[in-house]
Amino acid sequence: MAVSQRVYKQRIRSTQTLKKMFRAMELIAASRISKARDRALQTVPYTRAITRAVSAVATHTDISHPLTSEREDTNRVAMLVITSDRGMAGAYSATVLREAERLRQHLLEEGKEIDLYVLGRRGVGFYTFRDRAIVKAWTGNSDAPTLEQANEVADTLLDAFLTPVEDGGVGELHVVYTRFRTMVSQEPQVIRMLPLEVVEGVSEPGEQEALPLYDFEPDADEVLDALLPRYIRIRIFSAMMQASASELAARQQAMHTATENAEELIRNYTRLANQARQAEITQEISEIVSGADALAAS
Amino acid sequence: MPLTVEVVSAEKVWWEGEARSVSAPAMDGDLGILVGHQPILAVLRTGTIRIDAEGADNVEMDVTGGFLSVDQDRVTVVVDPTTSTDSSASSSQAEAAPERNQ
Repeated sequence: MAVSQRVYKQRIRSTQTLKKMFRAMELIAASRISKARDRALQTVPYTRAITRAVSAVATHTDISHPLTSEREDTNRVAMLVITSDRGMAGAYSATVLREAERLRQHLLEEGKEIDLYVLGRRGVGFYTFRDRAIVKAWTGNSDAPTLEQANEVADTLLDAFLTPVEDGGVGELHVVYTRFRTMVSQEPQVIRMLPLEVVEGVSEPGEQEALPLYDFEPDADEVLDALLPRYIRIRIFSAMMQASASELAARQQAMHTATENAEELIRNYTRLANQARQAEITQEISEIVSGADALAAS
Repeated sequence: MPLTVEVVSAEKVWWEGEARSVSAPAMDGDLGILVGHQPILAVLRTGTIRIDAEGADNVEMDVTGGFLSVDQDRVTVVVDPTTSTDSSASSSQAEAAPERNQ
């Protein structure tokens, strides 16, 4: 049985190589995740300032802005699905895509037509395989989204929302992404981003008393014009950052499990190899003994 | 009581501190803010923000757009990402500010 012994040794070696790779990917994901978290923290003051300003305008004026009003004239809706560029992250992309499919089902039942926008190669692959038309896709850096890319995505979607019906404008924008809760729990999230629903009191409660009566310079409409697109951009950016942090966390976890599984495999193969070695020795002994017996008998 | 000023962009906090006055390029002309200014939300155009900082060098920053809010002597300037700072004081402080934030 010399063959199987060699085969086991080979398997052990290749599993060891894989294990090294898994371990490396786990470490890479772990180191990137803290960076991703720091970047997310850096945007907090900006987000707070914008959100405060938006709620200030919302409390003091009757806002009617294209971005906040429902569009009755079209039943096209846009769907932005944020997935990862690479696999090796457990069920990360699958979970988001499943949630996206559920939303799609829901929207189709309401008689909507869906324009699909996708971030990340995994999502692109998923929809191309199913022959669904993708209006626009962005790929390449799902684990470290840049502000420029987020702005590009946001501007594309804002454009689509503000386009008239006959040019293929959409009436709603839904975003499916993964929210980063903790290192071990990330959950898919669906939000309707457009038209905007400005919720009052978005700023931290208890931090300040009621918002003061603001003056608007030059006037409320212009301020809204400047604020709302920025608000959308930062929300899309933060969704992308959450998604990237989730991706890295999922990858770290998946790679950790993979490392452990590889260790388990190595243990099993070592046992089997030892067994094969012993079987070989036993066989050799019995061959020698029976050979000697045969000689003595003759 | 000086003004509490915060200049932020989507990526980082550019400047943070106390100031005697802030001047910013609003849509209809430059806007000067001193202590006790009424609450205001203003849209900014391309121009320069000047901050007369308390106990530090004055800060000048070129911005391409953004907006500004004043509320009980708290001035928050939100600038667009392409902002560049030009005075040496501002760049050193801009680097120091995010550190303090954490």
